[in-house]
Amino acid sequence: MNYNVNEKGYYGEFGGAFIPEMLYPNVEELRQKYLKVMAEPDFKKEFDQLLKDYVGRPSPLYFAKRLSEKYNTKIYLKREDLNHTGAHKINNTIGQILMAKRLGKTRIIAETGAGQHGVATATVCALMGLECIVYMGEIDIARQAPNVARMKMLGATVMPAKSGSRTLKDATNEAIRDWINNPVDTHYIIGSAIGPHPYPDMVTRFQSVISEEIKWQLKEQEGRENPDYVVACIGGGSNAAGTYYHFLHEENVNIIAVEAAGLGVDTGESAATSVLGKEGIIHGCKTLLMQTNDGQITEPYSISAGLDYPGVGPMHAHLCKTGRAEFMAMTDDEAMKAGLELCKLEGIIPAIESSHALAIFEQKKFNPDDVVVVSLSGRGDKDLQNYIDYFKL
Amino acid sequence: MNRINQKLQENKKLLSIYFTAGYPSLNDTVSIIQNLEASGVDMIEIGLPFSDPLADGPTIQASSTQALKNGMTTEILFNQLSDIRKSVSIPLIIMGYFNPVLQYGVEAFCKKCEEIGIDGLIIPDLPVDVYHEKYQGIFEKHGLINVFLITPQTSIERINFIDSVSKGFIYMVSSASVTGSQSGFGDDQKHYFKRIFDMGLKNPQIVGFGINNSTTFNQATEFSKGAIIGSAFIKFLNDNPVDNIQQFVKSIR
Repeated sequence: MNYNVNEKGYYGEFGGAFIPEMLYPNVEELRQKYLKVMAEPDFKKEFDQLLKDYVGRPSPLYFAKRLSEKYNTKIYLKREDLNHTGAHKINNTIGQILMAKRLGKTRIIAETGAGQHGVATATVCALMGLECIVYMGEIDIARQAPNVARMKMLGATVMPAKSGSRTLKDATNEAIRDWINNPVDTHYIIGSAIGPHPYPDMVTRFQSVISEEIKWQLKEQEGRENPDYVVACIGGGSNAAGTYYHFLHEENVNIIAVEAAGLGVDTGESAATSVLGKEGIIHGCKTLLMQTNDGQITEPYSISAGLDYPGVGPMHAHLCKTGRAEFMAMTDDEAMKAGLELCKLEGIIPAIESSHALAIFEQKKFNPDDVVVVSLSGRGDKDLQNYIDYFKL
Repeated sequence: MNRINQKLQENKKLLSIYFTAGYPSLNDTVSIIQNLEASGVDMIEIGLPFSDPLADGPTIQASSTQALKNGMTTEILFNQLSDIRKSVSIPLIIMGYFNPVLQYGVEAFCKKCEEIGIDGLIIPDLPVDVYHEKYQGIFEKHGLINVFLITPQTSIERINFIDSVSKGFIYMVSSASVTGSQSGFGDDQKHYFKRIFDMGLKNPQIVGFGINNSTTFNQATEFSKGAIIGSAFIKFLNDNPVDNIQQFVKSIR
């Protein structure tokens, strides 16, 4: 079984490029060039250099001793929270800004939900001196004021998405429309492993540095490259894609994908796409998505803004359908509890997204000698208000 | 012969109007179609509303959102249209996004269209390659003409491929834009219209996006077979009763 994208842009039956003709020239240019550009020695050199000196990679693979003792297994945390800008998102934006420059683009657009990808995009645009426009749902702008301020300080223009449900999916629609209206000078930096081919594969490759590092770091610490489990939270699925990438075809590595159950999978207030979604098309790719019987895309719910997306990337849809990955869903409550537990046991305040991945230890038993690597995709600073409100701090 | 092909043979510039089904009110669909035909419109595009219409600008998206709020569904639209061929004879095209069609079932959707007397489909996010490989047989079995878009950025090679797959007309997007975002055509557009005309394609071209009055209609049709008006008509419906549609059509030609 192949879990990577095939030459036509599909993961099994998922993926493809279901885009209006207006987007075809841009997406096609990217499709024809992305692998060539990424393979160029000077591209790799610049990418690696920036990841090292600017992002601060490699991010540590940290053996969480007290957490491991509590759950009687060996838990390693891949510390993407320690990256510049506080999450894994910067790996992809560094890659894509270098791509945009080599494609001769001078104007960058992006969508953002909670603002993490927007901040990571604004950051690399400042770094490269390129114009940056970030689309963000009007509702998200109101509830994520600190990230809006960060983007503005970094020189980006934040455009409110006022259509539809005024959240992430509508911000994505607006960014796509901007690209339709500006087909020549603009590159669209998609923040997750979603969108038309080649985006899911390109984003996955830029994020794959996560699993590349896990391999040699684990070799140093455990004497073997492959853990027994890799665990990551999934919204669109970019940190998960990067965490799994080099283990996809290692049969002895179990893959666990953790979705946001919101108030509970059956409550109608959830973002557990693998359970609640059906095959369909969202933002240019065929994948699993939450929708009405009539094919209208519905609004998901999670306390975590980064997991609050009605679809999953096509790679993950394929991992789900083939059974390669085990999908679990954690509620708001379970995630918040796990997040606080990490604070107390390890002195690390995680992003609420990452807390969903940590919540599995209450539900799934591992053997004492199992090596379980969890992607700690982001830090919790941005979620402080949520933590304060939730725990009445 | 398909009604679209018949209409394309007429010796005149065609005026096609787009509206969103279920807007302004859920049950306006049939009377809008009847009024448009009575006003002398040549062809109608019935918009099947979608929650996330990527290729559309704010006007059409707002009408789609309202139509969905009004309760429009694929099934309801088909029911509203079930007797439409008793009163309307001009070509009718359904324009919608691919996901609702996929959920209804592509074959079932096409079959239903044939039963009703729909002549063609425009599905902007169903690329010509995928259509050609997977769905062309189904569409054609049910007598449906699928219409593809081209833009000023579409390569000559791709235009030729689209022309080879098309069996009715080519929807020529006037400029790089979503719907409803232009005002007036400049030299760039005129050169583009002429450039495509000079290619001598087997399918006639009908221009869409940015046509909102008689001036833009005449500019758009100088080198093409006709033009499509969408957002400007939706805006008219915002402020005017369905019975006044004739006023709008008369203002165009």
